[in-house]
Amino acid sequence: MTVTTVEQPASGRPLPAVPDDAGGAPRPAAGGGWGGRLRRAGLAVAALVLVCAVWELYKLVGSPHGGRLLGVPVLPRNDDTSMPHVWSVLAQLGHKEVNTADSQTVGVAVLKGIWFTLRMALVGLVGGVVIGVLLAVLMARLKIVERGLLPYIIASQTVPLIALAPLVSGWGGKLKVGTLAWQDWMTVALIAAYLAFFPIAVGMLRGLQSPGAGAVELMRSYAASWWQTLLRLRLPAAIPSLLPALRLAAASAVIGAIVAEISTGTSGGVGRLIIAYSQSATSDATKLYDAVLGAAVTGLLVAGLISLVELALHARRGAPTNQAQQTQKVRP
Amino acid sequence: MTSTPPHPPAPAQAGAANPAGLAKPAGAAVDPARASGPVPAVQITGLDKEFPVAGGGPTVALTGIDLTVAPGEFVSLIGPSGCGKSTLLRLIGDLVAPTRGEVRVFGAPARAARESQRYGIAFQQAGLLEWRTVAGNVELPLQVHGVKKKQRRERARELLELVGLGDFAGQWPAQLSGGMQQRVAIARALAERPPLLLLDEPFGALDEMTRERMQAELARIRVETATTVILVTHSIPEAVFLSDRVAVMSPRPGRIAEIIDVDVPGRMPAPGESGGGVPALEQAVGQAEDVREQAAFFQAVTAVREALRAGGGS
Repeated sequence: MTVTTVEQPASGRPLPAVPDDAGGAPRPAAGGGWGGRLRRAGLAVAALVLVCAVWELYKLVGSPHGGRLLGVPVLPRNDDTSMPHVWSVLAQLGHKEVNTADSQTVGVAVLKGIWFTLRMALVGLVGGVVIGVLLAVLMARLKIVERGLLPYIIASQTVPLIALAPLVSGWGGKLKVGTLAWQDWMTVALIAAYLAFFPIAVGMLRGLQSPGAGAVELMRSYAASWWQTLLRLRLPAAIPSLLPALRLAAASAVIGAIVAEISTGTSGGVGRLIIAYSQSATSDATKLYDAVLGAAVTGLLVAGLISLVELALHARRGAPTNQAQQTQKVRP
Repeated sequence: MTSTPPHPPAPAQAGAANPAGLAKPAGAAVDPARASGPVPAVQITGLDKEFPVAGGGPTVALTGIDLTVAPGEFVSLIGPSGCGKSTLLRLIGDLVAPTRGEVRVFGAPARAARESQRYGIAFQQAGLLEWRTVAGNVELPLQVHGVKKKQRRERARELLELVGLGDFAGQWPAQLSGGMQQRVAIARALAERPPLLLLDEPFGALDEMTRERMQAELARIRVETATTVILVTHSIPEAVFLSDRVAVMSPRPGRIAEIIDVDVPGRMPAPGESGGGVPALEQAVGQAEDVREQAAFFQAVTAVREALRAGGGS
């Protein structure tokens, strides 16, 4: 239950309210304009309300012993420890983290955690995009590289992150370039990048290979070099494949950052909060839910940023519409 | 010839030196390119093309092709599917390499001709890049060759005027009809002022009415730009209407079965011939209608059809 709550907002559609703020760029009418955006924002809010309503409804009608089917538990318990009220989870944000006079509130701690994890995820995402695009270009350039490399790229994603994280921080601890020593956050960002590069490499490769034989022949007829063909034909043609890959990579980067924080014991981020707050979860789970909420918000923020990137990329391209379809005059 | 763009040296001289005998051989048997003097626009000798087949002998796509096209001439390659006419066009454009034989374009090997942009090419699929505007698509070859932005803009505007799409420069390809897209593709092929235009069934995907209009436009563009044109088509009336000569091809293996001279009165004068200048577009379309309705046109159509049948291409 908690796991799906973390992942769903991260990989699902972002709140359209975020990209709407960037509406200054002129855009063709294809997107449905402001009416369409408002409707999408409304739908997103409605979905959130619906989830809360279902949660509270189950709390109202569910059993404190959970639901069992043939002896297998299939439904959670509805007591306050397992499923606190939505408003208790929100109220907990205003409470102090620990019971001392100078303690910060849970809300502030979660916000700080979001800020930390967000930066880790973004550094990882940027690194992942750079590595993924470079690998894709390399594979598109040389068939032999594609054959040799692609299986390893796929295999790289089956290595359990939990095992990888301590190894990376172990190697990293021995690295030192001049006065720059390896920092803990670098391990976190590196693991986020490790997850993020994969969808980019695969999606980008597909996009680079998408131009048809006709377009490639045309560039050949211009005696265009491979780089010119890449710049003028393959890269622009890859954008539509890159955008969904970017969304997947963003979600992966957030998950990678949180898991890496947990498994390397890096403090300051949402991952650390999840570990810290889960210790009190048996008596009061609201703090843990707040940390999970923080993870979800981090995912939404990254997804929102991706939407901004999409908008920027779309603004540079033609939005094909059929409304201006012209029919030719046959005879004057 | 007033609006003729600057030509690369060799064909320009050739065109000037031998203007009368260029495109319409009066005596049908005389091949103008074989006459001494001008360097032929395209000269193909002993050309074979085989495609390797996994686990078997190669497929012979073309065999024993000899063809000479004079500067300024309009030659159509016609034949049934599988006769290798598109392959022949790609061999001239150095988009595929011959197995045996030689292709020379304006006296240079096909590869050198491609590298120095001596030809422009357009395919049945307009193949416009959807992320570029109409003008951006026309500018593509110029951009690849490092032409400055201002000159690119100017040239694109000129070319779009030429194909009657002056008002559509800022539109996106998806907003254009099939015929308009194809005109953009032809404008793009003309961007580098190539002395040779290679067209691979450019109107094949268009409806009949649009197609006839586009043929009239192509005839006008050809006169206006004084370009040598090689057109692959499977439409007999199209080949007859546009061409000075029609090369009839037959399949399995692909070869040129017969070359038919076409002389239909009333067509626009070929470049280099003295004529009444370039007619306006609507006038050209009207004239085209008249050309298609006369007896000489039908006779030529019949001649090509019989040659196709004799070549086993029916």
